[in-house]
Formats: sequence, structure tokens, C-alpha cells
Amino acid sequence: MSQTDSPLPRSRAKAARHSLSGSLERMLPRLVIAPSLAVALFFVYGYMLWTFVLSLTDSGMLPQYDFIGFAQYARLFANERWNVAATNLVVFGGLFIILCLFLGLMLAILLDQRIRQEGALRTIYLYPMALSLIVTGVVWRWILNPGLGVESLVRSWGFEDFTFDWLVNPDMAIYALVMAAVWQASGFVMALFLAGLRSIDDNLFKAAALDGASLPKVYWRIVIPCLRPVVFSAVMILAHIAIKSFDLVMALTGGGPGYATDLPATFMYTYTFTRGEIGLGSASAIMMLCGVLAILVPYLYSELRGNKHG
Amino acid sequence: MDNVIRRRTPGARMLRAGLYALLMVMALVYLLPLVVMLLTSLKPLEEIRAGGLLSLPDSLTFAAWLKAWGSACTGTRCEGLSGYFMNSVSIVVPAVAISTLMGALNGYALTKWRFRGANLCFALLLFGCFIPFQVVLMPMAQTLGWLGLASSTSGLVLVHVVYGIAFTTLFFRNYYVSIPDEMIAAAKLDGAGFFRIFWRILLPISGPIITVSVIWQFTQIWNDFLFGVAFAGFGSQPVTVALNNLVNTSTGVKEYNVDMAGALIAALPTLVVYVVAGKYFVRGLTAGSVKG
Repeated sequence: MSQTDSPLPRSRAKAARHSLSGSLERMLPRLVIAPSLAVALFFVYGYMLWTFVLSLTDSGMLPQYDFIGFAQYARLFANERWNVAATNLVVFGGLFIILCLFLGLMLAILLDQRIRQEGALRTIYLYPMALSLIVTGVVWRWILNPGLGVESLVRSWGFEDFTFDWLVNPDMAIYALVMAAVWQASGFVMALFLAGLRSIDDNLFKAAALDGASLPKVYWRIVIPCLRPVVFSAVMILAHIAIKSFDLVMALTGGGPGYATDLPATFMYTYTFTRGEIGLGSASAIMMLCGVLAILVPYLYSELRGNKHG
Repeated sequence: MDNVIRRRTPGARMLRAGLYALLMVMALVYLLPLVVMLLTSLKPLEEIRAGGLLSLPDSLTFAAWLKAWGSACTGTRCEGLSGYFMNSVSIVVPAVAISTLMGALNGYALTKWRFRGANLCFALLLFGCFIPFQVVLMPMAQTLGWLGLASSTSGLVLVHVVYGIAFTTLFFRNYYVSIPDEMIAAAKLDGAGFFRIFWRILLPISGPIITVSVIWQFTQIWNDFLFGVAFAGFGSQPVTVALNNLVNTSTGVKEYNVDMAGALIAALPTLVVYVVAGKYFVRGLTAGSVKG
């Protein structure tokens, strides 16, 4: 679309002066962008619209186009399983974000004290981020399994009554997901905070120390407020990860026990692909999109405003 | 900060020791799952059933690794992960190459040939970084069917290229925007064309960002599960999907050692890349979030 708003008359006038290859050369940048733009318009924006249209139909096993208005959304909100999934997302996402921020900030501050072997430690804290969430799910499922995992290990140390059955306890399974997800992503938050800390002027510390402020006080009063933009970015990325969480649930709990650990992403997949309710599944996908937009729009707004000031 | 810490009072020294102890404990916690995976994969099944999650193997065996690679059952087929590993390779290699090349050209065109609407183009492309993929699953399944690419490796390559361009364009655009325009302007005056400038001036200095882009795309595509499980057929499933099937195959005895060996096999390529080129991995992760 942006290729067509080029000033045609002017380029025609110039084409008369330039050779044919010259005008082709002038079009090249647009020609290079065109395929990617076409791809985005179709595969991103077109598909969003397409899924929205599907969510207005009573499509079952196969997509079809008998429109029934917003009835699928009404069904979705009345669906017990969707409500569990949405509530789970709030619990999972909230805890995931808070714990990642806390652990990430703590590790970053500790690492920022001129630690020997800092590089090695950083590598260790961050490596889970390189793993597939399926791998993470598989290994935590093994560690947390009540029969042979941590529970039996602690019992073998002499604590016979120790129970750690989060994975099979419908009330606790969601926290098992949080645990694995925090293990995976907290190192990444640490890396973000560490980059933020390194960009703070060292003189700030020296000045505060001369004033007799203790180190914890310097961090609490001066450094952490400086990191506000990093917190903002981190929250936005983590929230995005939480909304899209699918792999980890599939590998760690499979949504179970029952559907106790369903999240919107697994709900959408189950209804669309295994239960043959494409209309309902599409409605849930659109709700997920709305969730992402609700986080993204304020973020982009503040970013753009920040750029204007800078 | 220096003053506070370099004062060698006993209290400060204690604090310092506590700091290191805390960091070491945290490191152990982060390493634990990997250690458990490795230990379990090297033990025979009887030893695992006897308990002792963290104990070293009494009799070291690589049987679980061999089985996970060559003969473990994923669903109804019992050919191990090797075939699926190769599927992942044949999806990742073309998808990474194509999306990185397109990202480089896009970033170049958007920054060094600022045509009208360039910023709008970038904004439109960028949104692809943020969409939840659930919103494209159903239309993509239909499109792949129409194109005759359903359940094929090429179909998955297409999907990963399509949704990777947003990230690669972001990387290259942000990198090229910091390269002085004067270099390009001079070359233009000398009569160098679009591709010549790209090839002679920009590509030679793009090493770091190419590495970032390749590593990012490699990790994303290798670790993908959603597209694999939604669009792949039996012959084209990537290793993540096969691993999930392997672990969830309920027939016969549960072989935890084979599960763990399989998980390590699926994790090794990205782990190796991370250990070898961690710096670039981190840059990719933070590229979109902390600009400047």
C-alpha cells in the first residue's frame, strides 16, 4: 500500500531524464520491501481478520461461513473451562512476572558487585532461556513427579512425611507451571537488569557513598528508580510470554489434572484442533489477541512519547 | 561502591563471603535440572526406580541415549528421535537462511533508501513480533492445504520464514540505522547501485548482526512446538513434537532415562550455540526490548 502512494507524476517526469535502468534502480528499495510487506499484510493482518470472521461463524470441524454474530463469544464467556483458563492466566502470569522480576533484580544487583567469575555465573543463570519449553516441561515433570522425584528424595533424607505433589494436585499444579517458567525466564530478566545497571553512572554510587548513604539505601532510593524503564520492558515481555504459554503446559501437565492448568493458548488449541469447535476456538484466539494488545498499546504509546522527548 | 567494599573490615569480608555463597547456591539451583537430566539419562532403569534423584550412577550406561536416538517409541512408531532431529535440521537451515537474508535486505532498504512510507512499512512489519500465534493457526492450516504444503517440511519452512521476518528486519534495521549515511551517500555519488552498496559496504560490516539474527532464528525455530504440532505430518514433525510424543507414549514401561536422554538430544543444539556464542544470544534477546 505504501508503494502506491509514491508520487507518480514526479517519477514519470524524472524517468524521462533518466534511463530505464535508472528508474528501476529508484524503485528497487520498494521492490525489495514489497514481498515482506505483502507477506505481513496477508499472513498477519489478513489472518487476524480471517480468524475474527471465523469467530463470528458456527464453524465446527471445518471452517464455514454461516454468521451467528457474537454468539461464540457469549458461549466462550459461559464456558467453565475457558473461565478456568483465563483465571489461570491471571494467577500464572501474575506470579510469573513478579517472581521473575524479583529474582532477576536480585541476581543482577548481586552480580553487579565486581564478582569474580561473573561471566560464568551469568551463563549459568541464563542458559535455561536457550532450551525449548518442551525440554523444560519434560525435565520438571520428572523432578516434580511424586513417586521418584524431589518428594522421594527428601523422604529418603529422613523426612518421611514430606509431601510435594503439586503436579498431581489440581489446586497446586498451576504453581508447578510457575516454578518451571520462572526457572526458564528469570535469567533473562537478570540480563535485562544487568544491562540497565551497567548503564548507570558510577559517579552516582561514589557521590551517594560520600554522602554516607549505605549500599542498600543507594540501591533502594536511587538505582531501582532509575531502572523503571527496564521494569516496564521486562513486564511487557514476560506478560507476552505468559499469554502465549503453550509448550510448557503441554509438556509439564498437559493441562491437567483434568483441566486445572489449562491456559487460553491450550484452550484454543484443544477446541480448534481436537474438539472440532473452530468457531469457539477462534473466539478464544481473538480474546488472546485483545490481551496482547491491551499490554502492547500502552507500551508502544510510552515508547513513542519517550522517543519524542529524546 | 568501591569505598564501601574495599574497606577490609571483618564485617565487609563476611558480607562478601555471604554474597559469593548466595550466588553459588543460586547457580546450583539453576544447574540442578540439567544435572538431574544428565544423571538420569546415564542410569539403568532399575537404579532410577530405587530412588536417589541426585545420586551418581553406579553403573554408567549409554543405552538410554542410544534408544532415544534410534529405537524409542514416539506414538505408534518406534524409530527414536533421529529422524525427527533431521526434520528439525531441514526446517531450520532454509528458514534461518531465508529469513535472515530478507531481514538484512529489508533493514538496508528501510534505513539507507528512506523512501516515503518507510516508517509505516517498518511499523506494519514490526507488529508481527507481537501477535499471539494462536490467532493465525486456523487460517494458516487452510492456506497450507490450498498450497499443497500441508504436513510438509516446506510448509513449516514457509511458516517460520513468514513469522521470522518481523524479528530479523527489526535486528538489521536497528543495526543499520546506526551506520553513518555519509558512507552510503559517497558510494551513491560514485554511481554504485542498490545491491552493489549492500554487497560491498554493508554486508562486510554486518557480521555481528548476522550472528545475532542467525542465533535468534535458530533458537526460535529449533525450539518451536506450536507450529510443529499444528502443521506437521508424521513425516515432517520436528524434534520438539517427537520428544513430547516420546514422553507421553503410554504403552509399556515408563523409561525415565530414555525420556531424559531424548530431552538432552533435543536441547543440545541450542545449548551448544548458547555456550559458544552466548554474547550474541543475549543481544538478540535484548534487541527488541532495550533500545539504546
